[in-house]
Amino acid sequence: MTAHAEPERELDLETETMTVREAIRQGLREELERDEDVYLMGEDVGRFGGVLEVTGGLWEEFGDERVRDTPISEAGFMGAATGAAATGTRPVVELMFSDFAGVAMEQIMNQMAKMRYMFGGKAEMPVTVRTTEGGGMGAASQHSGTIHSWIAHFPGLKAVAPGTAASAKGLTKAAIRSNDPVFVFENKMIYEQEGEVPVDDEFTVPIGEAAVEREGEDVTVVATQRLVGESLQTAESLAGDVSVEVIDARSLYPLDVETIAESVRKTGRLIVADESPLSYGTHAEIVARVQEEAFFSLDAPIQRIGTPDTHIPFSPPLEQEVLPSGDDVREAIERVA
Amino acid sequence: MAEYDLETETGRREALRRMLTIRAFDEEAGDRFADGEIPGFVHLYIGEEAVGVGTCAALDPDDYIASTHRGHGHCISKGLDPKYMMAELYGKAEGYCNGKGGSMHIADVDAGMLGANGIVGAGPPLATGAALSIDYDDRDQVAVGFLGDGAVAQGQTHEAINLAATWDLPAIFVVENNQYGEGTPVENQHNVDNLSDTAQAYDIPGLTVDGMDVTAVAEAVAEARSRARAGEGPAIVEAKTYRYRGHYEGDEEPYRDDEEIERWKDRDPIDSFKERLIERGELTADEFDEMRADAEETIEEAVEYAQNADQPQPADAYEDMFAETPPEIERFAEAARTRADGGRDRQGGEQP
Repeated sequence: MTAHAEPERELDLETETMTVREAIRQGLREELERDEDVYLMGEDVGRFGGVLEVTGGLWEEFGDERVRDTPISEAGFMGAATGAAATGTRPVVELMFSDFAGVAMEQIMNQMAKMRYMFGGKAEMPVTVRTTEGGGMGAASQHSGTIHSWIAHFPGLKAVAPGTAASAKGLTKAAIRSNDPVFVFENKMIYEQEGEVPVDDEFTVPIGEAAVEREGEDVTVVATQRLVGESLQTAESLAGDVSVEVIDARSLYPLDVETIAESVRKTGRLIVADESPLSYGTHAEIVARVQEEAFFSLDAPIQRIGTPDTHIPFSPPLEQEVLPSGDDVREAIERVA
Repeated sequence: MAEYDLETETGRREALRRMLTIRAFDEEAGDRFADGEIPGFVHLYIGEEAVGVGTCAALDPDDYIASTHRGHGHCISKGLDPKYMMAELYGKAEGYCNGKGGSMHIADVDAGMLGANGIVGAGPPLATGAALSIDYDDRDQVAVGFLGDGAVAQGQTHEAINLAATWDLPAIFVVENNQYGEGTPVENQHNVDNLSDTAQAYDIPGLTVDGMDVTAVAEAVAEARSRARAGEGPAIVEAKTYRYRGHYEGDEEPYRDDEEIERWKDRDPIDSFKERLIERGELTADEFDEMRADAEETIEEAVEYAQNADQPQPADAYEDMFAETPPEIERFAEAARTRADGGRDRQGGEQP
């Protein structure tokens, strides 16, 4: 196995404008080039280029060994990735839709997540699972779920969920370099979203660090994935009336509670905007951690924006009804500011 | 080269020694569990020794195995030290998994042992993954996934074998057909007489051998290994064997009768191998008795080692979760270390 120590040098700060999809693909390409232990596997990631086109062109560039099409058997290839990670290679698995984790949950929860601990540290688990989440495409309930709360909740797994193109690239690369199992949750509605992305091939985003995407004084919005962009737009539209700070949580486990709590100490108000179902999940965790760290700084009840514990329906008007949006964030800000 | 080759006299004696060690280990583990010294569940391998030892006789020391619920025999076949195994059964810090795994999870990845497994059918995907690493790096190894007859009915087993077959990976799936999936007879769980028949669906070789005959198992696995190393993909070897004890210790076994157990014991894998070595003039009855006494002594020493080994410290509960421990866990580890130092817990958060 090759060494994975990061070379020490100043990063080139040059950026390029690109979409989230291109940023992830660039991150994958750079890691495939950097480390020959790294390879991609999943359903249709090769010749097809990925059903949502994230891996497009990589099979042509790197070939069958490095970009592997698997049979449609999530338990089989998730388990194989786990066994492969434990024996010296660094698989990067694409789970086409996060809903399909249901098919592979045994290998995820009982093997991938537990082997290192059960074995007393005698197994490394450098596996990355990339998967898509979220509604908005009319894809109905089995292709629109947001399951990151399950994975972030389950001990032994790390979970990241980028909201910008730069974070998407940086977190993908950090996940691949990590010796821990990391799930990267890509919201499918932001693949076309553009942003400035560092082009330095040593650029990574440390797992466990949130990003203050917009500074403000009156209200803190902690958002994830698609809701980062929508919250930023909402914050802009309210500029002059309310000063809104927007934080991209980025890393759900571990969670950067320090950055969030520091913001709440400044603003005294917190809104948590995440597409997962509202009950027992990501929102609850962020709220609980903030009240542990900054309870006496709160000037108003914390507000939660999420999917109201429904599945994602097919029909567009129904889907729009349940999906959280920037309007929901605006209403929440107006309630507390 | 194999650690013990059944084509040589020393190899055959070593195989017999390992089978005796497995039997002594599991008889002792059963007794100590009954005495209440060993916590949790214990699943014994007694009766099946020829399968683990025959398989590992055909492997090189750096080949991988992924095991089952009934993993003690696989560990000893692979060369793991009974002392640290027993310490693990006792939940001690000196166990293979620092007391975090217990009987169902003994592992030593560096020794090629990818873990006993508490989930039926979970080992084959891991073996396929190890075979993927081997193939990817072009290493001269194979990976064996052990599975019971019950696991043949599991979906992930099929997915793993299909994936290994599709990619021509150097994997071998050894089905230990011990006649019962927990408490249900094999004929009530499958519609085929030989579980190796499933190999047809993957277009790979499937062979059923006498699992009470260590040589037959070794020959079949050796052939599968040569094929796998030649890049021709996986094979299924079904070894028909018998579990002398219940599914777990304490199982009252309402599902079978003593007459059936006695019929299988007449073909005991250790006795029959001993007889063969005596016939060949490679062993005397006295030497066998001596060998068995040595094995029993080794296990008595292992028990003594386990009994006297250190308990893990409370702070150890927070180790080994991740390569990089997140603050969510580290704060508990710190608190446990502080308690161990006789200090006070830190209070987190801001105060009014």
